[in-house]
Amino acid sequence: MNVAVCIKRVPLSPGRWSLTPDATAIDTSGSAMGWTLSPHEECATEAAVQLIEADGGEVTAFSLGTADSTEQIRELMAVGVSRGVLLETGADEWDPQATAAALASAIRDDATTYDMVIVGTESADTSGYQVGVRIAHALGWPIVTNVKGLSVTGGVARCERVVGTDREVYEVSLPAVIAVKDGVNIPRYPSVPGRIKARKKPIDTVAPTATPARLEKIRLALPPQETGTATVLGTGPEAAPRVVEVLKEIGVLT
Amino acid sequence: MILVYVDHDRGVLDELSLQALAAARGIDADVQAVLIGVDAVALAPRLGEFGVATAHVGVHDGLTDYAPMAAGRAVSQLAERLQPTAVLAAGSPRGNEVLAHAAAIMDEPFAADCTSITLGDGVSEVTRYRWAGNVFEEARVHAPMLYATTALHVFAADPQSGSAPAAIVEFAPDLTPADLAVRVLERTGGGGGGVSLAEAKVVVSGGRGVGEAGFGPLEELAELLGGTVGCSRVVTSAGWRPHAEQVGQTGTKVAPDLYIAIGISGATQHIAGCKNAKTMIAINSDPDATIMSFADYAVIGDAATVMPAIVEAVRAAKG
Ligand SMILES: Cc1cc2nc3c(=O)[nH]c(=O)nc-3n(C[C@H](O)[C@H](O)[C@H](O)COP(=O)(O)OP(=O)(O)OC[C@H]3O[C@@H](n4cnc5c(N)ncnc54)[C@H](O)[C@@H]3O)c2cc1C
Repeated sequence: MNVAVCIKRVPLSPGRWSLTPDATAIDTSGSAMGWTLSPHEECATEAAVQLIEADGGEVTAFSLGTADSTEQIRELMAVGVSRGVLLETGADEWDPQATAAALASAIRDDATTYDMVIVGTESADTSGYQVGVRIAHALGWPIVTNVKGLSVTGGVARCERVVGTDREVYEVSLPAVIAVKDGVNIPRYPSVPGRIKARKKPIDTVAPTATPARLEKIRLALPPQETGTATVLGTGPEAAPRVVEVLKEIGVLT
Repeated sequence: MILVYVDHDRGVLDELSLQALAAARGIDADVQAVLIGVDAVALAPRLGEFGVATAHVGVHDGLTDYAPMAAGRAVSQLAERLQPTAVLAAGSPRGNEVLAHAAAIMDEPFAADCTSITLGDGVSEVTRYRWAGNVFEEARVHAPMLYATTALHVFAADPQSGSAPAAIVEFAPDLTPADLAVRVLERTGGGGGGVSLAEAKVVVSGGRGVGEAGFGPLEELAELLGGTVGCSRVVTSAGWRPHAEQVGQTGTKVAPDLYIAIGISGATQHIAGCKNAKTMIAINSDPDATIMSFADYAVIGDAATVMPAIVEAVRAAKG
């Protein structure tokens, strides 16, 4: 079974957010700043690697982004991804429609035929909730999103998602797109031999076709910072009666 | 006219969808609803109270439970026929999913989790969440018809008593077997009894400071207050609690009357999931923890001794 995962390089989310002077991006110049993968996509990759460990085959990581995205592709190669395909763009952000169209055609045109595409339900940064869905429509495949449990038997993917206190079960025949949520598994850490092997694995670069953004970012803004201070009810177990008073005041204890 | 996708679960109305109806009414007095599945026929008249004059219900033999691709197809077909200025839904997992499908089918843009929407001729302006609400994006959407969802707990549902019930208009969507292939086949676990995290009125949430063995008193307090237990990502990553209990950017977003954060530092990704709580109480050994600038009340101390004392005091107060 061959699995494609779609992954995105995103800024490490800071404790305090700040924007670039032109307010079009997160300021990543601070010393504590860096870049990482969104947690949903780490889980997407872990899910793909678990499937090929069980069934054989290969995992390819597709990423649309700047040349620096090879850093994130290498990280995933250290945990079992065999090959990378970088859809290299300039620094300008692509909108979800253009991103999905480019990823779908790269997956379709690739020398490998894929049985599955695994993505995150939404990216950590732009939180658009749609690239996976659009890829599925472009490929003409089914998609299950928000997946918190995944297994594949006999060419059928069984997916679970959480609704309230229930779990819903879906089954789709492959080929299919699966959009996972963080928590579908616990991603493994790369081993030292894994990291060494990763350096030698191939990354192909393709030049995707840009189209004008139809969801066009104008600028970013930060919500007002919370500057409140809590009323201290007390210290240690002696504070319990004051807590009860507050619970009564706000009406949760009657 | 604005068309709003109103979700339901086997005939139980999704309250979050009422927020999308409120947002729609703030833009246009003419609001119509679309619901999917014959189960929706009984609940749809009630939408009159929320400003809906006409509720379109998509009925098809294959639509017996939630089926996201088919729902997206049905919504897109109805939108094509009715030509609303916008198609909205709540920014819930299902709302975002159904609208993503509808927009993908029509090859139109889709803006998820909007906090403001200004419709224009061919270009609309929205403000939407990025980073689960830690950052706002102002964007232009270039489309003749806007597909968008509303960020949760930003718009308040506004029932108008005495309004006429919504008129029901059934329609038959044209669905393929492929559309219907993605649907709920069975449900496991829970199945009643427990309080769902997203809708709980009280959430008693524990972080690293609670420790693996420390969740007992949190469960007891949640039970006493008719609430449920939540936790931070550190706790789910360590496997102390199931992921379904995680609150935050990559977990569940909650808006309870009371959120009690115990041994939780207050990382932005955690706050993204609980900042809409009406009241927050923090219990933390560190008086300078970030959570203190979000909490209304605090108890400084060790969770291991504070929590059992609170459980006892609440039990005594309940008599
Ligand atoms: C992209 C991304 C997404 C994320 N999504 C989420 C998410 O959805 N939800 C989430 O929660 N996190 C999320 N995180 C992780 C987040 O950044 C924090 O790491 C996490 O919330 C911290 O959990 P914590 O508060 O339990 O632990 P810590 O930050 O370690 O805090 C522990 C707290 O417990 C207090 N404490 C210690 N001992 C005691 C004691 N005995 N009694 C009382 N208090 C004590 C400490 O003072 C401290 O304040 C995400 C991170 C990333 C990068």
